[in-house]
Amino acid sequence: MEEFPSIEVQGLSKSYGRVPAIHKLSFQVNKGEIVGFLGPNGAGKSTTMRILCGLIPGSSGSARICGLSIARQAESVKRCIGYMPENNPLPEAMRVREYLRFRGGLKEMPRRTLRRRIDEVLEICDLHYKTGRRVIGSLSKGFRQRVGVADTILAEPAVAIMDEPTIGLDPHQVLAFRDLIHSLRGKMTIILSSHILAEVERACDRVIILNQGRIVAQGTSEELRREFIRDSEYRFTLRGHGAGVAEAVRRVDPAARLSDPMPAGPGGDGAVAVRIESSRTSDMSESFLQAIEQVPGVHVQAFFRREPSLEDIFLAATRRSWKETEESLGRSTVRSVAADATARDL
Amino acid sequence: MRHFGVLLRHELRALFIAPSTYIASVLFLLLMAYVYYMILESYIGAEHDVSVAETFFKIFWLPVFFMVPLLTMRSVAEDRRAGTLETLMTTPVTSLEVICSKFLAAWLFYVTLWGITLAFPFLVIYGMGRPGLTESLLDPGILIGGYGFVALSGLLFVAVGIFASSLTRNQLVAGMLSFSILFILIVGMPALEEHATAWELWLAEPLEFLKVFRHLEDFSRGMIDTRPIFYYLSNAGLVLGLAVLLIDSKA
Repeated sequence: MEEFPSIEVQGLSKSYGRVPAIHKLSFQVNKGEIVGFLGPNGAGKSTTMRILCGLIPGSSGSARICGLSIARQAESVKRCIGYMPENNPLPEAMRVREYLRFRGGLKEMPRRTLRRRIDEVLEICDLHYKTGRRVIGSLSKGFRQRVGVADTILAEPAVAIMDEPTIGLDPHQVLAFRDLIHSLRGKMTIILSSHILAEVERACDRVIILNQGRIVAQGTSEELRREFIRDSEYRFTLRGHGAGVAEAVRRVDPAARLSDPMPAGPGGDGAVAVRIESSRTSDMSESFLQAIEQVPGVHVQAFFRREPSLEDIFLAATRRSWKETEESLGRSTVRSVAADATARDL
Repeated sequence: MRHFGVLLRHELRALFIAPSTYIASVLFLLLMAYVYYMILESYIGAEHDVSVAETFFKIFWLPVFFMVPLLTMRSVAEDRRAGTLETLMTTPVTSLEVICSKFLAAWLFYVTLWGITLAFPFLVIYGMGRPGLTESLLDPGILIGGYGFVALSGLLFVAVGIFASSLTRNQLVAGMLSFSILFILIVGMPALEEHATAWELWLAEPLEFLKVFRHLEDFSRGMIDTRPIFYYLSNAGLVLGLAVLLIDSKA
């Protein structure tokens, strides 16, 4: 039997009137992958997710879930997905178990297995016995999010789509959510969007960064780091800083940039913090350390190589896409000004 | 219509646990009991051509104006406002199933409430125990015709309420809209017919058939005409169809 990717999107666009929400998105998510959607507000994350769920049609392009066309086989597609929308709307007056039973019925789950599966998802989502019997309206934000996740994975869908599932959760709940996503790894394909970048980095195998309706970057965190963050950053805490430090650093890497020494913070005991930026891709920690330690009167208290976080990658990717947009707008403005001038000359 | 049963059970349950349903029910029964009492009082010591039941059914419009909007205004509007309609539409459920389940649940509730008013003549007969009351209060022809009309016209009225609720996410707007459409249907048609007779004679006859009061009179007399049946069924279908389209386009 032919194995299809879980999600296959080709040149997908969506416009609301004249306003484009997403523009020619193309990406693929393989079976069992956990993919994070990142992007500033209005980037098109929710629109893409809503199209993938069959809630709204795309304006052009194609999207397939498990090999099924969303436009032509919407009903079959809905049998393959579990969706948790942003803000996770739930009926306030229903009890948790009752709600899951209702949703299981709608998702065509056989009655015989429904009860067992509800017990399972309550267990997975840490909704113990008492919570299962509580009215949804009386639950805290964290518990409500868990109910949303329980509903999403209830029918064991091939693809689970979660729009901002960690929104409004406290750090403990975010940790619990991360464990929950890890427990689902391999069982289903998961797409989730989040504003908590560190969370996406830890939970997801791959990241897709959207900005202004376009994909500006996609890949694993490592791939994105290589693409967007060229410089490595080394941080040293030194006692007795002198001009010799800069010389020592330049002996190792003449192109390295050294920041001005800053007080290392309260309790630093006169120590200073120095930041070195090097464009070399290999790890230069050892070489810098040896060179600085040889400077007379300087003692290295601490040092580490700072790994660029997903936040840095996100900022670099979105900045680059804005710059590209501005440039293309600039070009078109120049073109239109030139055209106007030509028209006047004529 | 695979999920219809699940949705209908859910809708009925939602109706039975909502406080607004009980408020509407109590108001309806109190109002109808008061009206029935007033009719009985006006019949004491005076001869009347029409029976108590016939007079009672003539005020069917009074509860329709507040019951139907109260019963239906939250059905789609609240789901849309809360976002639960969106989660519903990501399951293999069709919008036709969603609308039909909401409609049938509200209609069953409406008919049940009217059904409870059947207890009024029984209570009077039991309470007063006078001979001859049974024949005058429990005329089966009038009761079957009257309740048949209520059930049949209820199809259209409830469908209008569901349609109004699917137009907006604001319950209050849905309720007012539903009231306005029902007002035009019940009160506006006779007024239009009166004016139409003066302007365009050919319009008078078709408008005469659209008069809800005329249908009631026919049914109360035991005259079962297929035209009103077709009118209510086809228009209820049309209005529900529009609601389905609205759900599809605005989900």
